[in-house]
Amino acid sequence: MSTEVALPVFIPLLAGVLSLMLWRSRKWQRRLAVLATGLLLASTLWLLRSTLDQGYVVMQLGGWAAPFGITLVADLLSAVMAVITGLIGFAVALYSLGTIPDRHEKFGYYPLMHLLLAGVAGSFLTGDIFNLFVWFEVMLLASFALLTLGGERAQMEGAIKYVTLNLFSSALFLSAIGLTYGLTGTLNMADLAYKLSQVEHTGMVNVVALMFMISFGIKAAAFPLFFWLPASYHTPQVAVSALFAGLLTKVGVYALYRLFTLVFVGDTGYTHTILLWSAALTMLTGVLGAAAQFEFRRILSFHIVSQIGYIMLGLALFTPLALLGGVFYLVHNIIAKTNLFLISGLTYRLLGSYDLKKLGGVYRERPGIAILFLISALGLAGIPPLSGFFAKFLLIRAAVEIEAWMAVVVALTVSFMTLYSMIKIWAQVFWKPVPDAVDATRLRSRERDPGMFWLLTPIIGLAALVVLFGVWAEPLYQVARDAAEQLLNPAGYIEAVLGVTP
Amino acid sequence: MTDPNKKIMKDNTVILHTAALALLPLQLLFSVFLLLRGHDEPGGGFIAGLVGAGAVVLYLFAHGVDATRRIMRFDPRDLLGIGLFLGTVSAFPALLRGEPFLSAQWWIFDLAGTEIKLSTVLVFDIGVYFAVVGTILTVVVSLTEAEE
Repeated sequence: MSTEVALPVFIPLLAGVLSLMLWRSRKWQRRLAVLATGLLLASTLWLLRSTLDQGYVVMQLGGWAAPFGITLVADLLSAVMAVITGLIGFAVALYSLGTIPDRHEKFGYYPLMHLLLAGVAGSFLTGDIFNLFVWFEVMLLASFALLTLGGERAQMEGAIKYVTLNLFSSALFLSAIGLTYGLTGTLNMADLAYKLSQVEHTGMVNVVALMFMISFGIKAAAFPLFFWLPASYHTPQVAVSALFAGLLTKVGVYALYRLFTLVFVGDTGYTHTILLWSAALTMLTGVLGAAAQFEFRRILSFHIVSQIGYIMLGLALFTPLALLGGVFYLVHNIIAKTNLFLISGLTYRLLGSYDLKKLGGVYRERPGIAILFLISALGLAGIPPLSGFFAKFLLIRAAVEIEAWMAVVVALTVSFMTLYSMIKIWAQVFWKPVPDAVDATRLRSRERDPGMFWLLTPIIGLAALVVLFGVWAEPLYQVARDAAEQLLNPAGYIEAVLGVTP
Repeated sequence: MTDPNKKIMKDNTVILHTAALALLPLQLLFSVFLLLRGHDEPGGGFIAGLVGAGAVVLYLFAHGVDATRRIMRFDPRDLLGIGLFLGTVSAFPALLRGEPFLSAQWWIFDLAGTEIKLSTVLVFDIGVYFAVVGTILTVVVSLTEAEE
């Protein structure tokens, strides 16, 4: 019995329902949000523990054996992603207590947040492609609602692009699922991998693989269909932005990792070359887009895109070291990026704007906050000894080893430009004096702001992790190494799910 | 409410008034019938929920929102919450027996000579029923109130 693999899905689901039943009481919804995300984090840690012990944790839902029923399965990559989901969920729940306006709480912010987490956790843990589609939809539905909660003009504008492209991607995903079923007669990922490994790879398989790639590429905001992300992520509440930035695009990347290490590995010369080009262009366009922006959250949004490129690079190079780097990068990036968004909310609270031109003087008045930003920003850019350094070092070394010089050059250039963007934010928001026209009474006031506790706790926690994964990277390195090893040996996964040795 | 033409229904339809009163219990009974036969035969929580919600919506068209709220006693949002709750918790009893989540559990016993079958599947179906009724009524009631 392996209850732990189902709990990260069912806890947020149940919490969402309970939260809906408590719609009259905001107080209880808030308590429940913290309790449930805390439990989620605990259950994912339990899952990680068992995955480290057993290699794979499998549950056949309803007792229906694979490939006929729905399988929940966690390998190390899934377990690590689940832990990160719990962590970000918990951090954002705390942050929400201090930032989400009453009106949003009244219109169902907390039930939607739980539902989103359930969708994300479900996507990470399912072993069935159609079920993956269902969890994607759960997640997207919740995200549509969260994105438009509040109903401001800019939100609607962003949401239209977001919804249109994501629906297109879902339609493509579903068509690809239909074709896959027509080709192989199964949708269980392990069974699919087994069947495809037994037959000669045909052109049709590549067609289906590319359809999946495009569909997940859109959801991950990879080049060329990434523009929905910077158009929408800066419009909702910061807590929502942070949740999206940390988790949503990563689900698309995770799906790429899962399918293109397990199922579509018959013609890597073709599929992974496309991934490589897409990764390089994603990195470049993202970082160039950011250079032109002067809005805090828009800059960060473009950087989400460019960071996605790095993670895809790990998959595209497809060596043990590259996948190791990719997994390490995923963890590092989710933590650092979410934290930067949370900090942008903090400066908004102090100065009332996201526009870099209307911000300033934070370092002078609140050096602590400035240092928290610096840790996350330099971590993102990859300055040692912070977590981003090892993530980038591993990836670039992997690229050097197989002499993919183009990737090396792009990754290093983009790194420098990331640093440029972060320094731009630093100079504008923290270093320069407060602009004359800006009301800085909140920034200068020495009164204690009781809501501030809920903002600072998760930010300090995540910043501590950025430092920890830099100076003491060994444990994460080992987990990522084992995860990469599992990804390169799909036989173990297939055997764990189906009980047969391919 | 100034322009009577803007009302969803005109309040002079005696036939609708009377028919709605008579049909409400019948339709509700029919919805329960559909719900219970759903396991082996056509029916089930979703379609039963639609029929049940249809009964209340018909009453709402004939008698207005206030009268409907009075006979419902519950806020439809609570129904929705209860329904989703029942649906979710039906996944858990399997755990107590050490089986995977969502495994169906059955209690079969004799009641006055008839074999009665209760199961977590039924709990799930009842959950679906309430969720459907709750959703439709929440939508319809809010729209009607926005109109008035």
